Amino acid sequence: MTRVALCVNGRSLQVRAGISVAAALAQSGTATRRSPRGQPRAPLCGMGICFECRVCIDGEAHVRACLITVRDGMVVTTE
Amino acid sequence: MTGRYDVLVVGAGPGGLEAARTAAAHGARVGVADMQPRSGGQVWRHDVRRGAPRAARAAAAALAHVDQHFGCQVIDGDRGELLLEHERGALRARFDRLILATGARELLLPFPGWTLPGVTGAGGLQALVKQGLPVDGKHAVVAGSGPLLLAAAATLHSHGARVLGIFEQASAQAVSAFARRLWRWPARAAQAARLRLALHGVDYHFAHVVSAAYGEDAVRSVAIEDHAGRQQRIDCDLLAVGYGLVPNVELAALLGCALEPLGAHQRVRVDALQRTTVANIYAAGEVCGIGGLQAARLEGAIAAHTALGDLRSAHRLHASRERARRFAEAVTKSFGLGPRVRALAGPDTIVCRCEDVPLSALQGFTESRAAKLATRCGMGACQGRICGAALAELFQFVPAPPRAPLFPARLGSLVTAPAGTRNGAGERAILPGEAPCAAPRK
Amino acid sequence: MTGTRYDLIVVGGGIVGAACADAAVGEGLHVAIIEPGPVGGGATGASMGHLVAMPESRAALALARYSLGLWERYAELPEAEFHRCGTLWVAREEPELATASEHFAWLTGAGVRARMLDREELRRREPALSHSLAGGLLVPDDATVYPPRMAQWLVDRAAAGGARLYVGRRAQRLEGEAVLLDDGRRLQGAVLIAAGCDTAQLLPQLPLRARKGHLLVTDRYPGVLRHQVLELGYTEGVRGEAASSVAFNLQPRPTGQLLIGSSRELDATDAAVSRPMLRRMLERAFSFMPLLRELHALRAWTGFRPTSADGLPYLGEADATRRIWIAAGHEGLGVTTAFGSARILLDLFMGRTPAIDPTPYLPARVLS
Repeated sequence: MTRVALCVNGRSLQVRAGISVAAALAQSGTATRRSPRGQPRAPLCGMGICFECRVCIDGEAHVRACLITVRDGMVVTTE
Repeated sequence: MTGRYDVLVVGAGPGGLEAARTAAAHGARVGVADMQPRSGGQVWRHDVRRGAPRAARAAAAALAHVDQHFGCQVIDGDRGELLLEHERGALRARFDRLILATGARELLLPFPGWTLPGVTGAGGLQALVKQGLPVDGKHAVVAGSGPLLLAAAATLHSHGARVLGIFEQASAQAVSAFARRLWRWPARAAQAARLRLALHGVDYHFAHVVSAAYGEDAVRSVAIEDHAGRQQRIDCDLLAVGYGLVPNVELAALLGCALEPLGAHQRVRVDALQRTTVANIYAAGEVCGIGGLQAARLEGAIAAHTALGDLRSAHRLHASRERARRFAEAVTKSFGLGPRVRALAGPDTIVCRCEDVPLSALQGFTESRAAKLATRCGMGACQGRICGAALAELFQFVPAPPRAPLFPARLGSLVTAPAGTRNGAGERAILPGEAPCAAPRK
Repeated sequence: MTGTRYDLIVVGGGIVGAACADAAVGEGLHVAIIEPGPVGGGATGASMGHLVAMPESRAALALARYSLGLWERYAELPEAEFHRCGTLWVAREEPELATASEHFAWLTGAGVRARMLDREELRRREPALSHSLAGGLLVPDDATVYPPRMAQWLVDRAAAGGARLYVGRRAQRLEGEAVLLDDGRRLQGAVLIAAGCDTAQLLPQLPLRARKGHLLVTDRYPGVLRHQVLELGYTEGVRGEAASSVAFNLQPRPTGQLLIGSSRELDATDAAVSRPMLRRMLERAFSFMPLLRELHALRAWTGFRPTSADGLPYLGEADATRRIWIAAGHEGLGVTTAFGSARILLDLFMGRTPAIDPTPYLPARVLS
């Protein structure tokens, strides 16, 4: 099983290759975003519709983590 | 980067794949685009641990002569061209004929605690598990309505979750009447039996609804209410709850295709040959009303035959298509939503999750635009896809007509040069991995 | 028929009509408000919601200055979503800084605080803007608000004070001293038309054109931009008679979202977003802030600005015998000048002398 290394909020995370960023974040127990009132949120629909899994990936904010496959060296930041 | 196609298919689920395959077999230049990173749509979604179902692999393998644009989101379009965005930029794709196989999304209804991490859609959790979300040893409750609950529970079960129960809002009488009629669709009956078998030891409850989820930073327990209003609390790590499917009609509507009511929601109007009301635009599968996998595949083939002028082949599939559609009608009838699920949200329950708009702020409005102006409900990134469907179900609000961009899109993508010009537009100036974080974080 | 006789019937529930109705109730008048759509659902809802001292003409600036003072009463009101971000007028080239100096003189002469910024200070204050900008002018007291909620709040307050709402009803035509509604009802009394672009339907003799504009809003990027930013060429675009033009206008909303404008098209009637116009507007914006290319757009929309013959609103009596009054034609400054317009109009209506000279705004200047 190939593994890739991501950087999530400054911490290194080893995950199986081919999984989505949303799955990787769940593995590390990280909520994906904070709502305007500050509530922690995590993926809801799993298919790119709800936008609850928005994170910052490689410098681009508000990317849906459920649509992006992990890449080695990827930098992910959550709110 | 631009493309020009005789037939462009949007959506690479079973319907879209069948449309693309059929069109390519006619010798047409075909492109298929889907926002997901791989083909399969939802029902044939690739599972990172198990791969894709055999039929899905076969359908994907049949695309050898089709241009595949996966991870490509349609953000705008007119009657001859679509604007697609992907991770590295955007592209315009021109078409002579367009087949919309944009599928459906889950109907997610608000209830106290539904915003907690760990609460997902039923199909939503299934999709996330297939993407690699770990559920091994987790305690999961599956609830909502429709046959999708069984499929979701089966996926959870097979990935090592302990499924504590399936809670269906429809009554046992309604569902058993449906089950008795399944013999008319042998493939479906076999599928249902397999699912039940896989879930051996999992209780399937009827006339039960999840009335609340509890927890601080994630769901820890849920309240389940039976038909008599008696409550029980169940401790769990995951709650997967979905109330059926809603067609993704936004692109069709933007292109001017007529819609028609589907309960409180909308579907694309098509004729027996899958023609929409706009010339050279066809629709197939769930976007025309929830019909399931078989109907989607047949409609994909019919749409492609029609688009390329082979009406005889199209007509030949019509009877099978009607039969598959009748199954869907039986499902809709059996799993019709009861009034209880529309009354779960309390005054403080968030309805618009993007903008944190509670139900109490929406009381008194009779249409979505006034509510939006006053409360920002539906103004967030999902563009009202989640709360709009919920408000249609709860208050019969007619969803606001879609506008471009159809999904949030990079501003740079919106200025992508028209197809055929070569001025370098389309590619992002800054590529993944090179940019500083656009939004400073605390 | 009692109950359908009013001291003042306000046609239009936008920010201007709402402010006028609220002021009229404050005078103790029996008021009706007619609005066919949602309150604040026309130009008010489509607008950027800026409160800006626009140095267009002396009369325009006087009205803006007066009105901005009145807006301060609502700075703490949650519904106003008042956000004092200030305005930065930016110059691309050195010669444009001359315009900045001119603006500076106008504004400070009118009592508006302003300060010239050189290239370095502009860059320090807004590092996300293009580093090639030559400098600018800072007007620190300008602000932004959320106009539709403010209009609703004013209408609600007017209603609480006794105003009768006819929301969802359209004023079909004026008949003598009455308004005929689309449901056949007749409301008797003096009429104030504050219906934005629709004013022309009731008063065809009033020179009023609709000038279409596009706006786009992004997802949340808190901290990327602090001030509302306008290009110094903006006022020329506003005055210009070109069939279409774009000018850079960027606004940070309190949510962290960015609102991007602006475009102007005279005599466009189609409310749909024009892709070429949107592209032009965005390309213009990118030239001032290249980072924008990477940010995510949530929505684009259009609106129509009610444009008078001379760029100044029509405030006052239009027909003394039929007791018809007007508060319309505010172009892009209806939100900024709503409270000043309402005050002037009610002063005139009540027979008092307004705080600023109303002559430049009187409709008589265009009505024979």
